[in-house]
Amino acid sequence: MTYVDTKPALKAEAQKLSFYYGGTVQALKSISLGLPDRHATALIGPSGCGKTTYLRCLNRMHDLYPGNRYEGVVLLYPDEVNIVDHAIDPIEIRLRVGMVFQKPNPFPTSIYENVAYGLRIRGAVPRSELDGAVEQALRDAALWPEVKDRLRDLAFNLSGGQQQRLCIARALATGPEMLLFDEPTSALDPTATARIEELVTELKQRITIVIVTHNMQQAARVSDYTAFMYEGELVECDRTEKIFTNPSNKLTEEYVTGRFG
Amino acid sequence: MFLKKDIVKSIDRDPLRRQIAKRQLRDRLFALAGLGVMAAALLVLLALLGQLAFDGIGRVSWQFLTAYPSRFASQAGILSAWVGTVLVMFLTALTAVPLGLGAAIYLEEYAPKNWLTDLIEINITNLAGVPSIVYGLMALGLLVYEFHLGQSFLTAGLTLAMLILPMVIIATREAIRAVPPQIREAAYALGATKWQTVRDHVVPYSMGGILTGMILALSRAVGETAPLITVGALSFIAFLPHPPLSSEFPFFSFQWLFDPFTVMPIQMFNWISRPQEEFHVNAAAAGVILLLMTLAMNALAITIRARFRRRIHW
Repeated sequence: MTYVDTKPALKAEAQKLSFYYGGTVQALKSISLGLPDRHATALIGPSGCGKTTYLRCLNRMHDLYPGNRYEGVVLLYPDEVNIVDHAIDPIEIRLRVGMVFQKPNPFPTSIYENVAYGLRIRGAVPRSELDGAVEQALRDAALWPEVKDRLRDLAFNLSGGQQQRLCIARALATGPEMLLFDEPTSALDPTATARIEELVTELKQRITIVIVTHNMQQAARVSDYTAFMYEGELVECDRTEKIFTNPSNKLTEEYVTGRFG
Repeated sequence: MFLKKDIVKSIDRDPLRRQIAKRQLRDRLFALAGLGVMAAALLVLLALLGQLAFDGIGRVSWQFLTAYPSRFASQAGILSAWVGTVLVMFLTALTAVPLGLGAAIYLEEYAPKNWLTDLIEINITNLAGVPSIVYGLMALGLLVYEFHLGQSFLTAGLTLAMLILPMVIIATREAIRAVPPQIREAAYALGATKWQTVRDHVVPYSMGGILTGMILALSRAVGETAPLITVGALSFIAFLPHPPLSSEFPFFSFQWLFDPFTVMPIQMFNWISRPQEEFHVNAAAAGVILLLMTLAMNALAITIRARFRRRIHW
């Protein structure tokens, strides 16, 4: 895996990362993949190729279920913390790396409480500061104009696309260095999808974005780099234009031209 | 042309229609049978309730609620019995609710998935099916003889708490399990600890189910008789327990915990076993009151469930 043109600074880098579900089923096979700082990297590949598994390694989500095992190293820059090191508390990682899920999953509380929760669990925040942070996060997620008059409303009363933007605001409120998106638009209609994509394009100016997607046009639209995975292995990672126009690997070409997957 | 004729011939409609009509008839017969069975069950229940109400409702009066038991049926009342039931239920809830909630949260969210946890789970399910008299015997040996708690409110409350604890645990676990894993993941992804996730999300969002389960368990305990006879309920108490609050220092007292107790079903049992017809009417009247208490608790459970359902739907 090489970047042909200027080598961007990395935010995170997997080195020979392998992952086992329940200790036995190998889902990732020695992945080495760098994620450029303040750029968007798309992970593409057919179902079951390990792209979501890789994504969930980056904030140690796999630790929630017993028996899962990591091998290898994922460095988080600039301090070179090994994300998958057992000695590192996963909470420390999750405070730095946020996540947005496939299906919008707001808490069944108010819009305000959803966004404020990440700050609340970090300790007492003065009320005035909290209000400001919630507003900023909602502005960053392009939701503020729609909800500013009903912050006390239940999050469930929002539309699907609004709920997903609320989840993005919730993740942004704590100022993460990297934001993981796990097929964030697969439950949304085209209009809502377009707004999320627009948002991702804006956010990547200042946060490192990793986005898993089934939709190759989406990868082409929002990402600067694209990694193609197949059966638990990284096949190719390069600038997005190159992956979609002139991939080095035959398998990648067949996938992006729609011959399989 | 030749082909079309063949097709029309092959779809000879009459046998098809006859066959559908036959199957529809069977469908209707089953629905009818189901209706009959349901009506029979309901009728029996309504007859029982109707009989109880018919016998007892005339005896229900303010005097009946505020009088102590007496050897004259017309002067007898259920004051000590209903006060006893309320106090015993209070103690039962106070014991079973925190224990059951804690155990369920531990089993559902914290316990490692191994054979020991499986064994504990199976046994909790089994305990919910143990006959209540067995709990009575255990309470007699443990609480009365071993711990010397006496034939008291405390013993009665703890006995019924043991009895409903498995039900509370099971109901709470069901409610906790209904919270989607995506909600837990959302909290963890923000950096919440397990305790923060449980306290801020899992328990609040399952509160409707938890409260419903607890009230239903309590409404079972309210009618229990056998274990309380075993631990020594008195059937004739012409006084109320010591008041928990007093006007003198230290203003509250736990003396009532060790007072002898009776409860509604015991009072009914006592009256129904007497030969005089008038006491049977008293028993029916007490039955009406006990039934109303249970119905009120169930209504509360339904209200709570509906309230939470309106707010939280996954």
